[in-house]
Amino acid sequence: MQKMYSRSSPSGQVDKNMVPKDQTVRFLLNYSKALRVFEYQSIKFETLLN
Amino acid sequence: MKKSKSTDAVLVTAYLQGDESALSTLITRHKQRIYSFIYSKVFDRDVAEDVFQDTFIKVINSLKRGKYNEEGKFLPWVMRISHNLVIDHFRKNNRMPKFENNSDFNIFSVLSDNSLNAENTIIKGQVASDVRRLVDELPDDQKQVLMMRIYKDMSFKEISLQTGVSINTALGRMRYALINLRKVIDKHNIVLTD
Repeated sequence: MQKMYSRSSPSGQVDKNMVPKDQTVRFLLNYSKALRVFEYQSIKFETLLN
Repeated sequence: MKKSKSTDAVLVTAYLQGDESALSTLITRHKQRIYSFIYSKVFDRDVAEDVFQDTFIKVINSLKRGKYNEEGKFLPWVMRISHNLVIDHFRKNNRMPKFENNSDFNIFSVLSDNSLNAENTIIKGQVASDVRRLVDELPDDQKQVLMMRIYKDMSFKEISLQTGVSINTALGRMRYALINLRKVIDKHNIVLTD
């Protein structure tokens, strides 16, 4: 399969009011809640608690 | 209400002290600008969603690991991370953005593939072998000239030198070879087209 060296032109201006899906934001907040960073003898450990 | 008026620096400090809702406020405040910025570079909603997610995973990791310092401002820092991730995305995609056909323009309408498809390749092979069998039926002298001219791509001068006959004789044999081939093809209704 040959490579496509062309790019579709953006149709019109980019809508400045675009937001990510709620699902993505929710995932990030849950990820943040689950992530713990522990420090032991100047070494940092990450744990993800589900 | 109080939180939504707090500066980014205050929210970051609150987040570092364990206030998870501060992160929610930060994301809500800046998600539109960051997401639009990413989309303006990648022009794909799914890719923009992925880059946005990766950006904030980096942000969360850096904050929790204590790597963020307040020297810079929060939003420019996040924007820089997303910018780097957009670059990584294009690097991963062979350094070139992906082309997607849309209803207005299809790249295959201007790019054509001239090689034969499987069916035509088989037909062409069959026609070639049929012609070869017909050539084998010709008288030897005609067959010899035709083989040299068509299959070996020799000139009539070379043919005459190699066979020891005059150029005119070679031309005549070629002519009769073609006439005889046509006769056989017509007589047996052989179809030699692809």
